[in-house]
Amino acid sequence: MTGTIAMAYLFAAVMFILALGGLSSQETARRGNWYGITGMAVAVIATLLSAYVQNYVMIGLAMAVGAVIGLSLAHRVQMTAMPQLIALLHSFVGLAAVLIGWGTYLDPDYHYTGADRVILNTEIYLGIFIGAITMTGSWVACGKLHGILSGNPLTLPYRHWMNLAAIVVSVILLFIVAGSDPSPGNATLIFIMTIIACLLGIHLIAAIGGADMPVVVSMLNSYSGWAAAAAGFMLNNDLLIVVGALVGSSGAILSYIMCRGMNRSFISVIAGGFGTDSSSGISSDDQGDAVATTAEELADALSEAQSIVIVPGYGMAVANAQIAVSELTDELRKTGKQVRFAIHPVAGRLPGHMNVLLAEANVPYDIVLEMDEINDDFPETDVVIVIGANDIVNPDAQEKPNSPIAGMPVLEVWKAKQCVILKRSMATGYAGVQNPLFYKDSARMLFGDAKDSVQKLIQAFKA
Amino acid sequence: MPLTIAIPKETHKLEKRVAATPDSVRKLLELGYRVVVESRAGSQANYSNDAYKEAGAEMVSAAKLYPQADILLKVNGPEKRTDLDGKNELDLLPKDATFISFLQPALNEPLLKQFAKKKINALAIDAVPRISRAQKMDALSSMANIAGYRAVVEASNLFGRFFTGQITAAGKVPPAKVLVIGAGVAGLSAIGAAKSMGAIVRAFDTRPEVKDQVKSMGAEFLELDYEEDGSGTGGYAKEMSKAFIDAEMALFREQAAEVDIIITTALIPGKPAPKLILEDMVKSMKQGSVIVDLAAANGGNCELAQADKVVTRHGVSIIGYTNLPSRLAAQSSQLYATNLVHLVAELTPGKDGELIINMDDEVQRGATVVHQGKVTWPPPQPASPPPSPAAEKKAVPEPEPEAPAVKAKPKNLFSGKAMIGYWAVAGTLLLLLGSVAPADFVHHFFIFILSIFVGWQLIWNVKHSLHTPLMSVTNAISSIVILGALLLVATPDSTLITVMAMVAVFVTSINIFGGFYVTHRMLHMFRK
Repeated sequence: MTGTIAMAYLFAAVMFILALGGLSSQETARRGNWYGITGMAVAVIATLLSAYVQNYVMIGLAMAVGAVIGLSLAHRVQMTAMPQLIALLHSFVGLAAVLIGWGTYLDPDYHYTGADRVILNTEIYLGIFIGAITMTGSWVACGKLHGILSGNPLTLPYRHWMNLAAIVVSVILLFIVAGSDPSPGNATLIFIMTIIACLLGIHLIAAIGGADMPVVVSMLNSYSGWAAAAAGFMLNNDLLIVVGALVGSSGAILSYIMCRGMNRSFISVIAGGFGTDSSSGISSDDQGDAVATTAEELADALSEAQSIVIVPGYGMAVANAQIAVSELTDELRKTGKQVRFAIHPVAGRLPGHMNVLLAEANVPYDIVLEMDEINDDFPETDVVIVIGANDIVNPDAQEKPNSPIAGMPVLEVWKAKQCVILKRSMATGYAGVQNPLFYKDSARMLFGDAKDSVQKLIQAFKA
Repeated sequence: MPLTIAIPKETHKLEKRVAATPDSVRKLLELGYRVVVESRAGSQANYSNDAYKEAGAEMVSAAKLYPQADILLKVNGPEKRTDLDGKNELDLLPKDATFISFLQPALNEPLLKQFAKKKINALAIDAVPRISRAQKMDALSSMANIAGYRAVVEASNLFGRFFTGQITAAGKVPPAKVLVIGAGVAGLSAIGAAKSMGAIVRAFDTRPEVKDQVKSMGAEFLELDYEEDGSGTGGYAKEMSKAFIDAEMALFREQAAEVDIIITTALIPGKPAPKLILEDMVKSMKQGSVIVDLAAANGGNCELAQADKVVTRHGVSIIGYTNLPSRLAAQSSQLYATNLVHLVAELTPGKDGELIINMDDEVQRGATVVHQGKVTWPPPQPASPPPSPAAEKKAVPEPEPEAPAVKAKPKNLFSGKAMIGYWAVAGTLLLLLGSVAPADFVHHFFIFILSIFVGWQLIWNVKHSLHTPLMSVTNAISSIVILGALLLVATPDSTLITVMAMVAVFVTSINIFGGFYVTHRMLHMFRK
């Protein structure tokens, strides 16, 4: 029987690897998802059929209720709300890891000695620690993304010292509990550690600003993987270890890509947001005037343009303008113009967020390009429309070495013949720095809600 | 003590430009310098004393200006100041001052020696290498742009007809035909200006790769049957073979009879301008036609052109103005001043009003023609002509300025020696762990590390656009911890554990079903 289960797990692990591999292109991605579902089904069914599991009624009930809730959440979620949903789902993995850790520790069948005991206790301890951080951190991230909590970084005095103290105390507690059998005293210590980890998770994520959430969500994704791997170690379950490692490294890579997109180190993102340290770059040296334009003027420019690039940012998601943008794209393409989208790696609040929004609005994915693919084409572009993006099109990143965003890769929209920025106001972006793009000769501002502006633009263009 | 930048009035004949505008003065002040401007320096370019003062410059007389100048910004090279007893500017400047202007170092060797003798550093803005990084300092291009535009304006002024074709109640007007020879910056600018006025524009250049640029400006690119690539270094043309020139002449002869306006911009660096429009071609042109010779200062592309004059020969007006940028003084001063600010900024790495000439920097080395009493022109040649000089602007593949900063870190971290060190440490730690850990753990650890590597390889292949589905699907599969919960449910005799396990089963189920379904939804939205 164990052999059968082991083989089922092996099969599931292969399925999961294929699932991730499938995501390397849109064509194979759907199949990849089915691989994932198959792997999960095989693993769960094999476990249920094993001799260890009996309470089918209760398990069936819990799974059914969970399934209904999960499916309805997934069915109803707006694509703009995807970041918070994913953050919320991460917290569930964290919660499960905490519960499993505790369950294993309190298991009356606990019978280990020597090195085995040290290792098991350490695994449990780490599983609970990582799981708790993932759980509460994800809640905070979800709250920030959903707008329940303020997106501003919470900067308590001595916050780095507080984090450090939390970690040091946890390590000391680990040394106390690792070497001995479970006892009420040790359980209390682990409970204290759980509370500390919960608070640490809250505090860590609360200190990070809203626009750094892509990094945070990827990081939590990674943590949830490590938590699963830790659970695998404590339960001697290879499948959990494999999956945990896959997910953990996946999240780590995504965090790395996001950090690179902002030219910031992982540590600096985790340590707190932009603009918290100084009045950086708010030097309002008069850069000239930003010239406002109207939807009619932009429509004229578009009707003369041959090559158009649209740069969406978080503002498009906030204004729910993607459907209107898609309609505009259709209108423009009907008249034979080349329309493409340029996506910055950190646009939006989730890696790949913009792609999902545009896909939802039926924008064909082959005209949605990455920064590296399109950056060289801007000089030959007639009109660039920037919708609700700011820092990712800031020329200062290249031109001013002392700017807070210096060195961050940006979309070089200012090289285009004309650049129109749809924006609600002249306010600065997340990094709190002025954007000289707005004052460039080739730049025009179209103020207003992105959705309204785009709809007016469609009207004007059709007229 | 910040250095003082001085801006004198230009005294060259017909010169109306000035080396600083109120805007550029502000930027120079930001770089930490003190700025003094000669009174009425900008009057011919429509910049008043008050405007400079408001920008933060000190206005002084010429006599007071030179002695305090650490850096002199000018348009033209050093000249005699008749108002200061006919003294040469070089004699008025203190030793070790720095002089920045157009200097044409290739043609002015004696002048460079004078600089060296006086121990005055000289930077020729026209010697800034034409590479992408230095584009913002490329005053030749910014002046050429203006000259090209102005050439068309001058031509239209003397041309007795519309540029654009019209059908009016009073009869049909044919469009003017304009031939632009030499499609460098000036040529392209002339094409753009003539095109926007409605003319039919044709252009010729010895460098075939500019064809696309010409077409992009809306002109027709004339081609020879004869094959020879005229691309030289730095985006300039080189001298062509005899046979090529014959073919070229035949083309011009044919075109001259047809077109109304010829604008010539052909220059070869360091050589007199090639003679392209000969007297017989001028003769064959229609009465009232116009030739604008932008190379008049270097001898002219047209045989009959005279520098700084308009002459009429065989009924054709031939414009040989050499001060076309100066005829748009406000515009050209603004662009030139900005070029200078960029150069000065490059020379002021600390933004502290201290000028540092870094002779290891390609741009600064190129521009510096006299340094600490030594003539440093010409700079060492770049190793080879640029691989694709197609667009002058993109000619030399240029490492992005931010690249070194970004790459510096990985380089140190992943250098060969460091790598060996890392692996040695990692290996030792693994051996230590293996020696104390039980076999079971070693087995799990083995799988764990291998899986991390598999994940690492897999995830890098995931397209950026699929990162959100990736997160939701990894989230769903990380709910595999449900297995742990399922196994715990079976723990006998402990309600607490059973309850905890049930809760875990419940929340992970939400995750599994929600995660896979939402991924499915997203992936179905992606369409081609």
